[in-house]
Amino acid sequence: MTDSHGSEGHPAHLQHHFDNSRQQFSASKLGMWLFLATEILLFAGLFVAYAVYRSNHPEIFIYAHYFLDTKLGGINTMVLLLSSFTMAWGVRAAQLGQRKLLVALLSLTLLGGFGFLGIKYVEYEAKWKHGLLWGTNYNPESHDDHTGADEHAEEVEEAPTAPETGAPDRLNLEPTVVPPSATGPAGTVPPGEGLPHGQGAEPDNVHIFFGIYFLMTGLHGIHVLVGMSLIFWILLKSIGGAYGPKYFTPVDLVGLYWHLVDLIWIFLFPLLYLIH
Amino acid sequence: MATEHNHHDQVGHVVPVPLLGGVIAALMILTWLTVFVTKFDLGSLNIFIALGIAVIKGALVVLFFMHLRWDAPINGIVLISSLLLVFLFIGFALMDSAAYAPDQIPGYAPRINP
Repeated sequence: MTDSHGSEGHPAHLQHHFDNSRQQFSASKLGMWLFLATEILLFAGLFVAYAVYRSNHPEIFIYAHYFLDTKLGGINTMVLLLSSFTMAWGVRAAQLGQRKLLVALLSLTLLGGFGFLGIKYVEYEAKWKHGLLWGTNYNPESHDDHTGADEHAEEVEEAPTAPETGAPDRLNLEPTVVPPSATGPAGTVPPGEGLPHGQGAEPDNVHIFFGIYFLMTGLHGIHVLVGMSLIFWILLKSIGGAYGPKYFTPVDLVGLYWHLVDLIWIFLFPLLYLIH
Repeated sequence: MATEHNHHDQVGHVVPVPLLGGVIAALMILTWLTVFVTKFDLGSLNIFIALGIAVIKGALVVLFFMHLRWDAPINGIVLISSLLLVFLFIGFALMDSAAYAPDQIPGYAPRINP
């Protein structure tokens, strides 16, 4: 039972078409990496949308990123990194057969996932209340009427606003590259006579930024949810002592998935929150 | 014989805890650094610094947390191939996007928000 070869019996986890545990582990891992490659390509589509839109309309990204809370985003980055650390340590614990440590570390990892989604919820809720949403749902003025109708609503914090005095200097340096095709008659203005772009005012089509923001963070959030479900599953199995030095493949593969989710966020955080 | 057998049947590479601890410490410092540098206006350098730090952080995660440093090379080849395709995807999309002339008459800006 403990020996994978040299005797007729072989471990329960070892499929009969593999020579030994090691070969089975390598095959599973390659399969997981192939899946992770498709995940990277899935996200690549959104990164392309981001890159094209930001290169054409830098002013929208600079304006809109003031509505994102860098502090919350940074804390979330650290929460996710820490949960990646506990996950990596968990794989080690599984490899060494440290069952109690594995259960503790997987629980901590799961807790990190909850923490991340909790902070994400706070951020999403603020955007929702302030109408900072995608497409036609982008309606940042809607919350501003402090009339009687609002009395029943819970306390809404003041919307973060782009600094009126600080921003325009920088905004002026970032003219839009592509003119809006649908506004006004076609024509050009001589250099210097045009309307300076973005006089502390809101650029057009800010909703596109929030569309990209919600798609990227939303798809990432779904991955966090999936990862948490998988961690919960291996947590239950590890309580029963399913994993040890000879067989820890599920822990390792779920770990890889969780690290990929972390990896995506490592790029999302500076691209969305730290625009300069 | 016993050691040979152990080596043959050893599954995966066990990463020492101090190494994992060092990696997470480096990741935390880099996260702080990437937030810190946004305080300085370095023009177009900012985005490259931010992405450079992200690449370093990603490499740390991939090499140590995801065991790629000790893994079969094929897994790294799979990852790098997918990243090359991502670069190709983004690169060609940006090249195409840059191929449209914003000003029909050179030197004259298009009318914006008339």
